[in-house]
Amino acid sequence: MTTSRRHLLALATASLARPGLACAQGAGRVVVIGGGFGGASAARALRRLAPALDVALVEPNAAFIACPFSNAVIAGLRDIAAQSFGYARLAADGIRVIAQAATGIDTNPRRVTLADGSTLAFDRLVLAPGIDLRWDALPGYDAAAAAATMPHAWKAGPQTLLLRDRLAALPEGGLVVMSVPPNPYRCPPGPYERASLIAHYLKTRKKRAKLIVLDAKDAFSKQRLFQNAWKALYPGLLEWVPLSAGGKVTAVDVASGQVRTDFETYTPDLANIIPPQRAAAIAELAGVADRTGWCPIDPDTFESRLRPGIHVIGDAAIAGAMPKSAFAANAQAKACAQAVADLLADITPAPPRLLNTCYSLVAPGYGISVAGVYRPANGVLTDIEGAGGTSALDAPAETRAAEARYAESWFHTITTEAFG
Amino acid sequence: MPGTGRFLLPIAAGVLAAAFLAAAGPPPGAAGCSGCHGAALPGGIPAIAGRPAAELSAALLGFRDGSRPATLMDRLAKGFSPGELQDIADWWEEQR
Repeated sequence: MTTSRRHLLALATASLARPGLACAQGAGRVVVIGGGFGGASAARALRRLAPALDVALVEPNAAFIACPFSNAVIAGLRDIAAQSFGYARLAADGIRVIAQAATGIDTNPRRVTLADGSTLAFDRLVLAPGIDLRWDALPGYDAAAAAATMPHAWKAGPQTLLLRDRLAALPEGGLVVMSVPPNPYRCPPGPYERASLIAHYLKTRKKRAKLIVLDAKDAFSKQRLFQNAWKALYPGLLEWVPLSAGGKVTAVDVASGQVRTDFETYTPDLANIIPPQRAAAIAELAGVADRTGWCPIDPDTFESRLRPGIHVIGDAAIAGAMPKSAFAANAQAKACAQAVADLLADITPAPPRLLNTCYSLVAPGYGISVAGVYRPANGVLTDIEGAGGTSALDAPAETRAAEARYAESWFHTITTEAFG
Repeated sequence: MPGTGRFLLPIAAGVLAAAFLAAAGPPPGAAGCSGCHGAALPGGIPAIAGRPAAELSAALLGFRDGSRPATLMDRLAKGFSPGELQDIADWWEEQR
């Protein structure tokens, strides 16, 4: 069925049920919490789709520091200024940008409480809070440890610079250890891109240095592409230790600098600990996170399975086969905005078709990608069989160079759509 | 039947009013394209907004059946039927 027919049918159905709905079309108050790829994209899409909506974006930070390409910052290949995006253009679009933290969310009546005690009423809420690092998951690893000598750098900003600077200070012949968490976590291929670019840095800047990647998993995103590249580019320099070979980090000790597994104790010159994660705390406060720490959603609308009226997108959501990526958050934002605009107009949203694309750099000028196409099936977002997958294993150097260019191009486009 | 006529008229009017007021949503998948295809950088991913639908659908169908060389678009195009790809091409031609 074509779109226009599909929508007419939905409209006709809605009209039969509520003859007066046309008067209400487009009106309503939507609050978006979180100014990352998901939240900023959702706020803008809502303004575009339904200009009569009152759209507020609640985000305490004056600028968003983007994670994609932050691994290039760590490896000295990119300035962090290229990662920073403000909200001035969103305000110019007519979005009310509220520079405060949300401290409470009620659904009866529907309102958000802000840090200064004021409240925002909403008809529908879009929650795009991103992740929190779990400080209770790895003995010895907490916020103080991360800020001192064992950065996670899994939220871009000061942590990115700390890891960059500590890498730059590594002695020749030094040892770097990375700890990679079990699934699910933000950006599935991210740790392996980081390992690749740190290895590139060591190869070009630090003679005889070595990187050991301790992994709580036996398999990972784009695995064969990464491993083929490591074999070709970083032989003897990058060692990956999977779960089955004792890769799971069980504890760290900041005082001694030790990183422990069940079988070994490492004392690296630099430890980068990427801890387990969950949806940011506001999700639990809103009652939309389940016992896993993540947020179950209806895949047609991204509405919470636990709290009607609250939609959850991006890394915080349990989005089935879709990974926790910037592209996915942006794609979900646009689908969710359409659903919210439809619901506020008493139109039944059509099931979305969603895309994901993730580029990774294994070296400057050497890019690889994974892609997927998804649709709701049996209540979850499911891979469409026969679509998606990774870059060809045997692709020529020109293809790798093209994918590295496309990665830059993608970052430019998606940040422009969200913030520019 | 006069009664039926009186009953249908308000519904038809309601449908038309709603259809007129509500922005037609993009066809399935089309909103995702702008995650990559925006203002083109030199040597980067090409812009698609406002391109002729015939050109876009020829590219998408070629990606889908493998006849057109691709880095990534072949993997995405396979997630759609030819008719769905045509709808996406038609919609993007109308975008600015």
